[in-house]
Amino acid sequence: MTLLASLHAALVQPFVEFGFMRRALVACLALGLSCGPVGTLLVLRRMSLAGDAMAHALLPGAAVAFLLVGLSLPAMSLGAFIAALAVAALAGGVARFTAQREDASLAGFYLIALAGGVMLISLRGNSVDLMRVLFGSILAVDDAALLLVAGVASASLLLLALVWRPLLVECFDPGFLRAVGGRGALHHQLFLVLLVANLVAGFQALGTLMAVGLLMLPAIAARCWAHSVAQLSVIACAIAAACGYGGLLLSYHAGLPSGPSIVLLAGAVYLVSLVVGTRDSLRARFFTAHRHRVA
Amino acid sequence: MITLDNVTLCHRDRPAVHHLSGQFAPGSLTAIVGPNGAGKSTLLGGLMGRIAPSTGQISLPPRLAGHIAYLPQQADIDRSFPVSVLDVVMLGHWTGPGRLGAWRAAGAVQRAQAQQALAAVGLAGLERRAIGELSAGQFQRVLFARLLLQDAPVILLDEPFNAIDERTTADLLALLHRWHGEGRTVVAVLHDLAQVRAHFPRTLLLAREPIAWGPTAEVLQPGHLQRASLQATHWEAQAPWCEVPAPAVPRVAA
Repeated sequence: MTLLASLHAALVQPFVEFGFMRRALVACLALGLSCGPVGTLLVLRRMSLAGDAMAHALLPGAAVAFLLVGLSLPAMSLGAFIAALAVAALAGGVARFTAQREDASLAGFYLIALAGGVMLISLRGNSVDLMRVLFGSILAVDDAALLLVAGVASASLLLLALVWRPLLVECFDPGFLRAVGGRGALHHQLFLVLLVANLVAGFQALGTLMAVGLLMLPAIAARCWAHSVAQLSVIACAIAAACGYGGLLLSYHAGLPSGPSIVLLAGAVYLVSLVVGTRDSLRARFFTAHRHRVA
Repeated sequence: MITLDNVTLCHRDRPAVHHLSGQFAPGSLTAIVGPNGAGKSTLLGGLMGRIAPSTGQISLPPRLAGHIAYLPQQADIDRSFPVSVLDVVMLGHWTGPGRLGAWRAAGAVQRAQAQQALAAVGLAGLERRAIGELSAGQFQRVLFARLLLQDAPVILLDEPFNAIDERTTADLLALLHRWHGEGRTVVAVLHDLAQVRAHFPRTLLLAREPIAWGPTAEVLQPGHLQRASLQATHWEAQAPWCEVPAPAVPRVAA
């Protein structure tokens, strides 16, 4: 009975007791729902680095808004959204119109964005503000933030339902998509907007530096277990939601910032999956019996 | 009738296909041959409307718009992608008679048709296999099954028999003849001249410049083949600008 009671105290009580924990939990679960499929597409489209660069671009956008209107969620979200889309457009343009490799230009923009954002915030504001934007804070998830996250998650799922097939086909057979008039470029732009919207939704709880963590890590961990794209998305959703819940508890009990707690937990799931997963894992590679069938 | 009138297709300012004129008659079976870099795949891109001509025009009957099926080179497809054989074949319903398009869900009828198409290419029972687990020949059969479902009046094939064994090639050639017999227009980029002589009534010999276009026996003459092999297909750094508006195009009478 005491065990049950202490489990309840550790796992449930914080959410019963505090409204901000409940809001943060709902935000993380909603984020997990859209991060599963969006992260799966991000990984399958080989855009992990692009996602990371865009997440870093959130910072200067949010910082400019912070300088202009102070700590306002709608303004900072809008600023972050515009800045991340601008970096996506710039990196895409550089890759298309110059001989620069896309990974090099992405890394360049990511450094400029990070340095610019930190500089802007340090001009006005204190280190608490900076830490909050960089690493997230569960206290920041107020009703407005919750509405933003839930809205982005709902819109993402609805939009993905419409463009899921062309987005997937473009990953593995772009020639076919072009031949059937599938408008791959338009779908790519839509996906970039979706990606940035999810990053913006995530940055309140996770911080700008780690907003991409809940997209990327569950998706690459799921790759060690799933055999189809549908399985990948569902498993990634489950991992993202579970890490959101676990990360919030870790953050609450140990007094850690929420962003690193959630992302580190997702990182641990990824490392464990790499070792014991059913496919593309160390176990599958080295510890399966060396037997073969006759045909 | 697909008509090409003085068509030049470029990559930036360099022509890959230079001043080509001619026609693909309805129901014709044509091979496009020529050295590497001759512009064969680029021409298919032009026929699909993917590459706009720099000069001239490609005219298609309006009823063909959006009804051209295309078989890409295998190298253009990511075989590590976690997708099943049946899912790839079902894509044939995108534009086919079922017309699922980008977001409609497939029904039992479409699923049954996809299974029939797989059976027709000799892959019954492999529906759930991941495409990464197939041999090159099996995967080519999957792509042909997808073409079967597309049921298109015009079918463009880019090197359909590269690195494919004899038995698979023979089976897939039989499908090509079936499409030809059904009155579809089939255009295939190929390298094996013996295969072209044996199976394709018409041939376009391309070496960036059109060398000859017409009945296969007349096109694949030693003189034409020698001209094609001597024709440089690499780009010269200081090549002068092309000032020729519409050159006389060598063409063998049909």
